[in-house]
Amino acid sequence: MTEPKHLTINGETRSVDAPDDMPLLWVLRDLLGLTGTKFGCGIAQCGACTVHLDGKPVRSCMLPVSAVGSKAVTTIEGIGRTTAGAKVQRAWLDLEVIQCGYCQSGQIMSAAALLAGTPHPDDSDIDAAMAGNICRCGTYVRIRAAIKRAAGDAQA
Amino acid sequence: MAISSSQLSRRSLLRGGLASGVLLAFHMPALSASGAAAPADGKSKFAPNAFIRIDPAGKITLVMPQVEMGQGVYTAIAMILAEELEADFARVALEHAPPNDKLYGNPVFGIQATGNSNSIRAFWNPLREAGAAARAMLVLAAAQQWRVDPSSCSASNSEVLHATSGRRIGYGALIAAASQLTPPKNPPLKDPKNFKLIGRSLKRLDTPHKVDGGVVYGIDVMLPGMKFATVAASPVFGGKISRVDDSAVNKIPGVHKVIVLDDMVAVVGEHMWAAKRGLEALKIEWNEGPNAAVSSPQIWEELRSASTQSGAVAKSTGDVNKALSQGERLEAAYELPFLAHATMEPMNCTVQLRPDTCELWLGTQIMTRVQGTVAKLTGLPPEKVTVNNHLIGGGFGRRLEPDMALSAVRVAQHLDGEPVKVVWTREEDIQHDVYRPMYRDTVSATLKDGKVAAWKYKVTGSAIMARWLPPAFQKGIDIDAIDCAVDMPYDIPDLHVEYVRAEPPGVPTGFWRGVGPNNNVFAIECFMDELAKKAGKDPIAFRRAMLAKNPRLLAALDLVAEKSNWGQPLPTRAGRGVCVQPAFGSYIATVVEAEVDARGQVRLRRVTSAVDTGIAVNPDSIEAQLQGGLIFGLTAALYGEVTVKNGRVQQSNFNDYRMLRIDQIPPIEVHVIKSGEAPGGIGETGVTAGPPALRNAIYAATGIPLRRLPIDHDALASGRST
Repeated sequence: MTEPKHLTINGETRSVDAPDDMPLLWVLRDLLGLTGTKFGCGIAQCGACTVHLDGKPVRSCMLPVSAVGSKAVTTIEGIGRTTAGAKVQRAWLDLEVIQCGYCQSGQIMSAAALLAGTPHPDDSDIDAAMAGNICRCGTYVRIRAAIKRAAGDAQA
Repeated sequence: MAISSSQLSRRSLLRGGLASGVLLAFHMPALSASGAAAPADGKSKFAPNAFIRIDPAGKITLVMPQVEMGQGVYTAIAMILAEELEADFARVALEHAPPNDKLYGNPVFGIQATGNSNSIRAFWNPLREAGAAARAMLVLAAAQQWRVDPSSCSASNSEVLHATSGRRIGYGALIAAASQLTPPKNPPLKDPKNFKLIGRSLKRLDTPHKVDGGVVYGIDVMLPGMKFATVAASPVFGGKISRVDDSAVNKIPGVHKVIVLDDMVAVVGEHMWAAKRGLEALKIEWNEGPNAAVSSPQIWEELRSASTQSGAVAKSTGDVNKALSQGERLEAAYELPFLAHATMEPMNCTVQLRPDTCELWLGTQIMTRVQGTVAKLTGLPPEKVTVNNHLIGGGFGRRLEPDMALSAVRVAQHLDGEPVKVVWTREEDIQHDVYRPMYRDTVSATLKDGKVAAWKYKVTGSAIMARWLPPAFQKGIDIDAIDCAVDMPYDIPDLHVEYVRAEPPGVPTGFWRGVGPNNNVFAIECFMDELAKKAGKDPIAFRRAMLAKNPRLLAALDLVAEKSNWGQPLPTRAGRGVCVQPAFGSYIATVVEAEVDARGQVRLRRVTSAVDTGIAVNPDSIEAQLQGGLIFGLTAALYGEVTVKNGRVQQSNFNDYRMLRIDQIPPIEVHVIKSGEAPGGIGETGVTAGPPALRNAIYAATGIPLRRLPIDHDALASGRST
């Protein structure tokens, strides 16, 4: 079925014609041009496609657009307008987390969701929230440090 | 610091978007072959060489001859150029180089390729000279204008100064005069003690827009009227299409076209989802061809058989056979599996093919080779093939191949000139990689007075160079496969190294981060630990005694011993392992601390590296490359193996081709040693260091000398019970 769908993305209403089963990832990227959300695996194994639905992190590569409904979608393009997102972005740059950067949209989305719900995460909170996000460049040590920095808990 | 990466993002990368409909593509103008002459728009710019452009407003643009795939090289290149140019680093803009081997070829490869941790090693002097020559011309132009001796002038912060009169003039105001001057042949370089940028951990220029989705990787390119496609090549290497039933495709909304080629099917759609669903709806029958029965056990058998042959002699000093006949001879064989690259950005390429031009958008490590191979495929002259390079979402050697561009162009050949973005699924990416070769390294050695007296070593595996850079394959020797075997750091009187070329049936092999040293550092450093045990020595003390002629490596080893608490007590079933390597022109010693549980599961506890990479252009980037490279190598050691059954790769995605995740990562400390030597390579060094250090930690913890990767957890579990 293809019928117009009205999505709330980064605070704006966007209308798209998309099949019901089309994952939100491809709606964002190919229909709306929001290419900051990345395709990595297509099976919710790598986290590169992470976006927020009503503030909760989800893997957009396996989320049918028909399941989004009226929930607010936040992508990497809009996360800087949230308090936690802006802190994470700043900490990512301050500690020079990023290498190739391809996975980092997803990493930042997962970290921002973590901090929004758990302002002072410990190591096991970080492990639980971030283990779904693969980084092939191996930036994990700095991701951990940057989350603590963003939380204001860092000695780094 | 206000960094110009916004300019990088806005100006020099292709920005498209359905939202804006704006398309901004910055291409370098065609340059003359000499590189010294002004570019086509040189009337308005000072272009003393291939790397530097200054406009009348004083804006400095630096052209990047090597590609940025996360290793930080754009920042390092800019720092070196800006250092000698005396440019205001906060205001430089960066631009990707266009394809041009003469201007931008890596001096080591002779072509415009980024790899082998060669960028800073190869371009250190050319970049310094380019910056210094431009500075000298600007200074001379100012001195002539002021009618003073150029030696009484100096440059700083994009200005020329005359100290005695207090006059100063910005570079932009000097470009007309400077453009009339001939670039000096041997411009005086700065004394390193006066470096203002080099040696500082400056912020990277490529990262600011990597936090907000603003960077456009190849896979993110959006063009008006663009179609989306995905492809399926034969699951069996070398197979061909026999028959395609596309009767179910009509039901898939958004499918535009099914393209059936002799060895590949593509589905073109209005978006990737339509293309993917369309491809899944096809019933494809393959003529599997000669590799239909190829499986991993057979490939191993062939490799082991090949490794019993005599090889081409790569190095021989002393009389190794005589020395091996004196004393107890120890022997071992080490084996490494096929590996996929699994870059986070799957293979992709966007193409617009018109009757007389072809334009491509992708991230590639080989600009000119993509241009040349596409020209050959299409019959177009190379200058009609435009290659737009992008920041790269992981290279690791995978993007040293042009196959993703060629298959995209073959799809475009069946369209009517509309642009098409061809994206591989992760499964296609893993199953149609160009794999890190399998290697088998055999070694025989004797000990005398607690040191290695004789060392006979043979590498057996693919000759990637023979395919990729044939002139580098001479007299049966693949210089990559034997890298680090012929230049071992240890002082061994009788030493002999051979190479046997053995190509696997059907399976394509290529460069993988760490390249040849991956196999040799692993075999050498594993065997050193076994020899140390035989000699009754501590692994570090054993190595130290043979490193007297290699002071840089010895210093790194001593530092890592101290920083890793080498020799301090550990819990049972925990151990420390060491690796030393003089690889890629850097001297690195690494200690991994790990523990092994009763089920054979390995937990990383701590990693410590000491690195002497010569002058550390950007120390923070060096630390980051070591941290990441170590994780890349440790991932392979713990999990990495691609296997083949019935001609097909059995792994398909991150569920069965595993990666280390954040909850498995220990603290990783990197200690950068101050040095005045020329810069070494860094991007690959951690990859080669991790696996042997981990294996040796497991050896220390369990006494089990693993000789294959990935680590065999069952062997560790059963080893405990025996």
